[in-house]
Amino acid sequence: MKFTLAWLKEHLDTDASLDEITDKLTMIGLEVESVEDRAKQLAPFVIASVISAEQHPNADRLRVCMVDPGNGKPVQVVCGAPNARTGMKGVFSPPGTYIPGKDITLGVGKIRGVESHGMLVSEAELKLSDDHDGIIDLPSDAPVGNSYAEYAGLGDPVIDINLTPNRPDCTGISGIARDLGAATIGTFKDRPPKAVKGQFPCPVSVKLDFGATHPLCPAFGLRLVKGAKNGPSPEWLQKRLRAIGLRPINTLVDITNFITFDRGRPLHVFDAKKVHGNLVVRRASNGETLLALDGKTYTLDNAMCVIADDKGVESLAGIMGGEASGCDENTTDVLIESALWDPLNIAQTGRKLGINSDARYRFERGVDPAFMVPGLELATQMVLDLCGGTPSEIVVAGEVNVPEKVIDFPLGEITRLTGLKIAQPQARGILEHLGFFAAGNPEKMKIAVPSWRPDVEGKADIVEEVVRIIGVDSVPVEPFPRGDHARKAVLTPIQNRTRKAKRALATRGLIEAVTWSFVSKKEAELFGGGKAELALTNPIAAELSDMRPSLIPGLLAAAQRNADRGFGDTALFEVGQIFTGDQPDGQFTAASGVRRALAKPSGSARHWSSTATPVDAFDAKADALAALAATGAPMQALQVVPGGPAWFHPGRSGTIQIGPQNTLGHFGELHPRMIEALDAEGPLIAFEVLLEKIPEPKAKATRAKPMLELSAFQPVERDFAFVVDRAVKAADLVRAAQNVDKKLIVGVAVFDVYEGKGIEPGKKSIAIAVKIQPRDKTMTDEEIEALAGKIVAEVTKRTGGTLRA
Amino acid sequence: MTDIAQLETELLGAVSQAKDEAALEAVRVAALGKNGSVSALLKTLGAMTPDERKANGPKINGLKDKVTAAIAARKDALGSAALDARLNSESVDVTLPVRETPAEAGRVHPISQVIDELTAIFADMGFAVAEGPDIETDDYNFTKLNFPEGHPARDMHDTFYFPPDADGKRKLLRTHTSPVQVRTMLTQKPPIRVIIPGRTYRSDSDQTHTPMFHQVEGLVIDKGSHLGHLKWILEEFCKAFFEVNAVKMRFRPSFFPFTEPSMEVDIQCKRDKNEVRFGEGNDWMEILGCGMVHPNVLRNCGLDPDSVQGFAWGLGIDRIAMLKYGMPDLRPFFEADVRWLNHYGFRPLDFPTLAGGLSP
Repeated sequence: MKFTLAWLKEHLDTDASLDEITDKLTMIGLEVESVEDRAKQLAPFVIASVISAEQHPNADRLRVCMVDPGNGKPVQVVCGAPNARTGMKGVFSPPGTYIPGKDITLGVGKIRGVESHGMLVSEAELKLSDDHDGIIDLPSDAPVGNSYAEYAGLGDPVIDINLTPNRPDCTGISGIARDLGAATIGTFKDRPPKAVKGQFPCPVSVKLDFGATHPLCPAFGLRLVKGAKNGPSPEWLQKRLRAIGLRPINTLVDITNFITFDRGRPLHVFDAKKVHGNLVVRRASNGETLLALDGKTYTLDNAMCVIADDKGVESLAGIMGGEASGCDENTTDVLIESALWDPLNIAQTGRKLGINSDARYRFERGVDPAFMVPGLELATQMVLDLCGGTPSEIVVAGEVNVPEKVIDFPLGEITRLTGLKIAQPQARGILEHLGFFAAGNPEKMKIAVPSWRPDVEGKADIVEEVVRIIGVDSVPVEPFPRGDHARKAVLTPIQNRTRKAKRALATRGLIEAVTWSFVSKKEAELFGGGKAELALTNPIAAELSDMRPSLIPGLLAAAQRNADRGFGDTALFEVGQIFTGDQPDGQFTAASGVRRALAKPSGSARHWSSTATPVDAFDAKADALAALAATGAPMQALQVVPGGPAWFHPGRSGTIQIGPQNTLGHFGELHPRMIEALDAEGPLIAFEVLLEKIPEPKAKATRAKPMLELSAFQPVERDFAFVVDRAVKAADLVRAAQNVDKKLIVGVAVFDVYEGKGIEPGKKSIAIAVKIQPRDKTMTDEEIEALAGKIVAEVTKRTGGTLRA
Repeated sequence: MTDIAQLETELLGAVSQAKDEAALEAVRVAALGKNGSVSALLKTLGAMTPDERKANGPKINGLKDKVTAAIAARKDALGSAALDARLNSESVDVTLPVRETPAEAGRVHPISQVIDELTAIFADMGFAVAEGPDIETDDYNFTKLNFPEGHPARDMHDTFYFPPDADGKRKLLRTHTSPVQVRTMLTQKPPIRVIIPGRTYRSDSDQTHTPMFHQVEGLVIDKGSHLGHLKWILEEFCKAFFEVNAVKMRFRPSFFPFTEPSMEVDIQCKRDKNEVRFGEGNDWMEILGCGMVHPNVLRNCGLDPDSVQGFAWGLGIDRIAMLKYGMPDLRPFFEADVRWLNHYGFRPLDFPTLAGGLSP
């Protein structure tokens, strides 16, 4: 919402400075977005006369001018403009001036050997227009020495406020002035329009015809002015409109635009001679079209409201008029419309057709219903004043319903919600300045809401009105007591797991990425997603169309982007949401990681200390288990079984589970076909674990740890090597050994796996170290041998292996 | 007995000349072995008269002791020399680079770090952390928060939608974290004190907007909390988060459908080229929105606005991370460029605490 300071002052009597006004606007909730104060910006530019302009001795195109800036001390200026000539009046800037159009600060210079003390400027150099053909050439009566901005009428600062959608009353400058008046920055000049007596009945009738459907127009006022003379509007009106970025059209149209901004009351004018018969306000028929004033043709439907005559649609109600019945230079008889529309319907129609007009902006926020007829009177008076003519009587179809809102308001409500204590007279004064009416004692105030404030519904709104005008800064700061309840954990189990997983994975050398929650349809489908319910209807880009079923595709793409930039050994992780359905329980928190090329957990890239080996499935397994361990998973209960989802290498991937019913995650090398499908380059490994799948530990009665039992006896270690079939799983072998005696055997470590020379094809050798912890006495050699024998027997039985000779 | 003296000279000479442990052992055997020269002399003592023994005993035993001691000393010397020689041959080039510890190579994203900072600050003030789903209903994201159907305020949110279900209702990606306020009020009884960090989405993409971003909001519902408390909390938060002794804040009335009164908050700052400093300077920077929870929202969540009240505030996590840690642009937050992550990310063990300081 733009307006100028002078325009504001038509509605506000004030001596306040521009800064005071703009500060106050911001502090009462009418946030000033920008102030364009050209008087200030262009202050150094003065009107000057060119005493002489002579040919530059060393340059054909330059002239050496003596310029009098009005102080009687002529200065020498070198000028390149073709129109610089003796006796002209121009605009001069002394050295040290900032030239906005060139973004430079002027200095004293020597141009081709001749000193120049300033500049004669063009409009382009002042950023007033694109005209840089020559310097500004002023009429001979221009007052030398005066400010050019003031002379040219550029002195009126333009204020742009960022109006919140709840304040339709401030879509008019008068409403802004009323707010400032309440905030004691001046006196609001309330100027209700006077009625203009009609000289004859309005020959055009209006019918609101919505049949049985919801009416979209509560009331419609119309009047004819006959014998008016249209044409360009007066200079003052054109200046007003131009200053806020509107293009003057002709007097009749300019009057409607003026009142739209002056009072927040949009109007429409029809050329009465182009209207056929009477007017009907109705829903459009599906497929009906209108060539609107913006030159575009819109196709309408029956959810939209139009004003039609015998020939068809003439105007899109409350949004934009039609070209066919618009007013032009030749218009003599004008029909002025002032109506009320359904705000929701205006918003929907405007959105559907993509029209953002000044009328829509106001009607969808809700104009003051009580001002419908006064707005029409004001427009009539302006037409009569500027164009002459004879007015008809007003016809009003429908009924203007001004809601009578009265709010019961105990004054203590202000203190209850803000802590601010305020006396009744002050509160009452503020409200009355804003147009409210307040009565009753402090405990039982009754407050009537003015017709232009549809946003005020209840007590909290009244509190806001009072507090915003007093200033939120005057609300005293009060410490917020923490309370005497016990300190407890404030994070949920999932939140705790999330933060622990992040730190644990980062300590393994992985770098945390935050990737989009959406991926392409192809990626979603490749990773088990792609459900219709998880595809956005309005994605911002095709590759961000579906909610991600896994974090892996986003991380893979990120790893590849880094590789393409020359960072190939990349280890990335993310802990974040994935989606299996559109219900809250379809969202899970995944911790996932991707390693590429040589980004091993032990260190990235080649290093002198060891041979460079690419990442493998075991790196992914170690990452997955680290995340699970850090997040409190029961590590002893986890099972790792071969194979995983389709995006993994079938022989180099695994699933982590607690029984077949509860899968916690997967890890492995990516499937070569997947890598190809994603245009990536391996080697690439990945893991993903779901934090919600980790069973919650049982609540403990005490924080104390179980008693530590230390054996007095030394542990013994025995090594065994078994030759087994290649398909035998190491985990089965280890478990077989472990299960021989769960008390004495405290550890089984696999320290060697070997296939090749010396071992039959199709077999492998697995060597384990078994740690035996004697419990109540030192074990004899015989006892140890007996246990070793049992281990060999059990492993043989469970795995079909034989002790390696 | 000149023989003994001569033998001593000979033996000590041999000991000192033994080049290695083997030669020394040969000398020892020749002197002190079963048939060694000193052993032979010792054997002669048995056949001597007591007087002779008295005279020769100490000399012979003295010889034995001297030779034994000389051998031991020589052995030590030879051992040291051998160790020195071995150590000399075993040296390594300690200037070779070692593998960087993975904990030094890994990084935590600034968003995670800032969420941990926020949690530390608000946990200290007695706030819990609440969360909710990213895919929301229109009811929770808008209607219950007092956005009337079709109201222009809905246009301020560029919403991502999903296809309509069988009932014609379409889900959406939450445009703010506020639906979690609704979920919290519907499931918990006051007093409520929560902060709600999370991902939010708007179909907007340019230099300063990304379709996905992060917000944190706070909600307090009880019987007496008012605007004065809200101002205090926000001041305490800004001081703690930006790690400055004082901040000057400006509360501007504004509009949000779900609060009344509503305010936007600016903090005073000094802007330099790439840096914003708080607690100094003359510029104002908008950093958050807040207000008293709207009576309609309380009613929509089954609470009576005449008996309970409270306030809420919300701000952008990415934005305050940028302000605090100086990232010039938002878009790289989500591009996973390892150069950016290495530079702006945090070491995994730099966990923010109030005791140790929030930032490393």
